[in-house]
Amino acid sequence: MPEVGQLSHAANPAVERRVPGEAGIWIMIFGDMMVFSIMFAVFLFYRRADPALFESSRAHLNQTLGLINTFLLLTSSWFVAMAVQAARAHRARAAVIMFRLALACGVGFSLVKIAEYTQKVRAGIVINSNDFYMYYYMFTGIHFLHVLIGMGVLAFMAHYVADGKFSAIKVGHIESGASFWHMVDLLWIALFALLYLLR
Amino acid sequence: MAATLISWGFGHGWGTDLQAAGIAVIVIAFVKIRYVILDFMELRSAPLGMRVAAEAWCILVCATLVLLYGA
Repeated sequence: MPEVGQLSHAANPAVERRVPGEAGIWIMIFGDMMVFSIMFAVFLFYRRADPALFESSRAHLNQTLGLINTFLLLTSSWFVAMAVQAARAHRARAAVIMFRLALACGVGFSLVKIAEYTQKVRAGIVINSNDFYMYYYMFTGIHFLHVLIGMGVLAFMAHYVADGKFSAIKVGHIESGASFWHMVDLLWIALFALLYLLR
Repeated sequence: MAATLISWGFGHGWGTDLQAAGIAVIVIAFVKIRYVILDFMELRSAPLGMRVAAEAWCILVCATLVLLYGA
């Protein structure tokens, strides 16, 4: 009797509450977010010791490239959210296209990041130049590793959704991969603010 | 997107009070992060414990960073 189901559903909206993706991916995501939180705090803690050095070093970063990369990751996150919607609606073609567009943004982010690293190294700014750049290379490097892993996940997803057979388990896998990519996006939002913008 | 542009503006000399601009940059970043968590990661409709954990993480980390930066 669907009516009864609908009634109890309406009476208890908590029924709708659910974990997107698998529980395991969330343990990894929360763990990763904890590690990054500590990195953010460590950065600001040491910044207090020498704010002038941190500020003069920050001023040498290319804020425009950082801004472009923020837009690229936000846009790709949006594409991934659209891909998940498409998968839930069993629209394979749309899901493939959305995952590919998200991947293209990831490629764009990587190219910008590589150009930025190249610019810095050519200017003689390397990981042991000073404390600020040690954090800059370490944090953005660890984040970039996440971007590369995430791009692998997106490439796999674009292939995975192509056959159009969407079981509940499969949608769960898609949601897990999507959640990982959103984490990559949100960690960059914090890194961009702390490393590039904070004066 | 708009929030990113506003933060970028603060990072580029909007406002005369450097410290207030810095705190605004941190807070705006975490407001954005909260929306990514709630709407893209879909924790808005996750079990309550999970949503509370995510919200608490945002508030705790944001507050810690503001204190480390501004205090």
